[in-house]
Amino acid sequence: MQERHPLRGEAITRELLRPLTQTPMVFWIAVIILGAVLTAFAFAVGWMFYWGLGTTGLNTPVFWGFMITNFVFWIGISHAGVMISAILRLTQAEWRRPVTRAAEVMTIFSLMTAMLFPFLHTGRPWRTVYWVFPYDFERGVWPDPRGPLVWDPAAVFTYLTGSTLFLYTTLIPDMALLRDRSTGWRKTVYTILALGWRGNERQWKLQLVAGILLSALILPVFVSVHSIVSWDFAVSLIPVWHASIFAPYFVIGAVHSGVSAVITLMALMRWLFGFHNYLREEHFDSIGRLLIVVATGWIWFFLLDIIFAMFTRDPRELEVMHQRIFEWPYALLLAFIFVFAYIIPVPVWMFRKFRRNIKIMFWTSLMVNVGMWAERYWLILPGLERKFEFTFMWSWYRPSIVELTLIFGSFALVTMLLLLFSKIFPPVAVWEEKEGVNFAQDIQVGKRTVHATIREE
Amino acid sequence: MAFREVLGVYKDLDTAVAATDALADADFTREDFDVLTNAPYPEGAFGEEPGRHRLFMFPLIGAASGFSVGLLITAGTQLAYPLVTYGMPLLSIPPMIVIMYEGTMLGALIFTVIGVLFESRLPRLRLGVYDKRITAGSIGILARVPEDRFDAAADALRSIEHENIVLEDDNGDIISENEPKGAQA
Repeated sequence: MQERHPLRGEAITRELLRPLTQTPMVFWIAVIILGAVLTAFAFAVGWMFYWGLGTTGLNTPVFWGFMITNFVFWIGISHAGVMISAILRLTQAEWRRPVTRAAEVMTIFSLMTAMLFPFLHTGRPWRTVYWVFPYDFERGVWPDPRGPLVWDPAAVFTYLTGSTLFLYTTLIPDMALLRDRSTGWRKTVYTILALGWRGNERQWKLQLVAGILLSALILPVFVSVHSIVSWDFAVSLIPVWHASIFAPYFVIGAVHSGVSAVITLMALMRWLFGFHNYLREEHFDSIGRLLIVVATGWIWFFLLDIIFAMFTRDPRELEVMHQRIFEWPYALLLAFIFVFAYIIPVPVWMFRKFRRNIKIMFWTSLMVNVGMWAERYWLILPGLERKFEFTFMWSWYRPSIVELTLIFGSFALVTMLLLLFSKIFPPVAVWEEKEGVNFAQDIQVGKRTVHATIREE
Repeated sequence: MAFREVLGVYKDLDTAVAATDALADADFTREDFDVLTNAPYPEGAFGEEPGRHRLFMFPLIGAASGFSVGLLITAGTQLAYPLVTYGMPLLSIPPMIVIMYEGTMLGALIFTVIGVLFESRLPRLRLGVYDKRITAGSIGILARVPEDRFDAAADALRSIEHENIVLEDDNGDIISENEPKGAQA
């Protein structure tokens, strides 16, 4: 049932614009810490570019390590943002209002960070310009669209462009609000971004139709992106990668980690910005229920992936699967994945009182993502750490300090971008909250008042 | 015939609806005025629903354009330097579908946003007749009427208790009768 909290128009504006007008001390502390991590990140990138990929733990035949794991992880995180936003808009779920903006922003920053890693991973990112132009201008040798590494940028670029446009379209009315309340350079920026919005009936009507239309268009893209990311692995002949189940498995894994990340972000926003009136227990409760379903779907695909690999009786598959399940350190990692991504959080989410406990939701959502990062590593690495049939090459992978710095730096980058966004743009859609108030209705049934919401067809 | 705009700004829904009634009493139709608000209201709250739009055409045009570009890139790059492998067809259709699919969706998304802006009549380089109180929660009734009926519209809007009346003068300059404090800050 929709829980009603009486909020007035001006109070909504004042409270939701608070992050833009007030800067708590904890914000500056966070910026300093994140800035330090990002400096280390920049140094690690520079070091790797100067000395080459030899500074990483990558070596023949293990050429995909922490950086590609991190790429897959951040692509996954990016998925829930738009998924939550789009599905809730399409179904006109009332509880979407405080959640959608932050989720969409997280999608964009996660995607940007994800895209960074394949470029860094090449060691010489400037050479990736060959992917766009002919390898050889004289002979006109173009990139080959038959390779999945060409599909991948196409899909991610589509998703990033679509998500950014989606976010911008919903930001326009709030830009007008900020235009009318700001001065100086901020006013100039907001005036340009507001595009002369006045808020007439036609503009509002189109804003609502656009929300539904863009949601309907972005959902298939969201499914395609992680499918295509999974094909980077699945269309190869590496044992345990070469699986037709990878596309749906990756998609549901992405939703699991991404929706959990939305909970982490919501809890942080509630704590940092004091959005107690907007990000309420009922929202955590609703997403918690959704996560039980998603997590259970994910564990099903996780098990299917193992079962199918064993069902083939292919010695190469069995050899790698044995390594994954019984050998150090993958056996420990497997236990870690199960415990962190399913066995602890899901039973906790079964109880309403825990779903409504913000601290518990925060820590369990964080656990899921630690588990899901490990799951990406567990999926990618063992297939490469084996003796290759034709080259007889074999090696272990141990991440170097450079790679560890890059991984921590990616988390700092996304967090920093989210913090900076919240200083310039409202992290919760102000107009959507006000729309909720305008559409709210109280129906008198005898002596009782029942909360209701007007729903347009 | 030249048209001019006049905006009445009202504190709440009741006075705003009364202003629309005053305009109707002065023989103005629903097409002669617009309602400016800071958030959507249920459709029909201020009378007739807003005019028709062709937004649904835009994603279709975008999808067709994106599909064509996807086809051009995938087929074009393979034909630009033909590499026949094991006598297989030069154009590899399944991977082409992946890129063409993404192109189709990208085109549809971009054109949808273009359509939203086009149908919303955005961007507007000048705000024109406008009052900041609208984003603060007041409701604006914006009449766009022929020159000879301008005074009648302004009088109808003034006849209801209002916060401000903003109008275009004969020279096209914007005049605000009750400028809010700090409005120009």
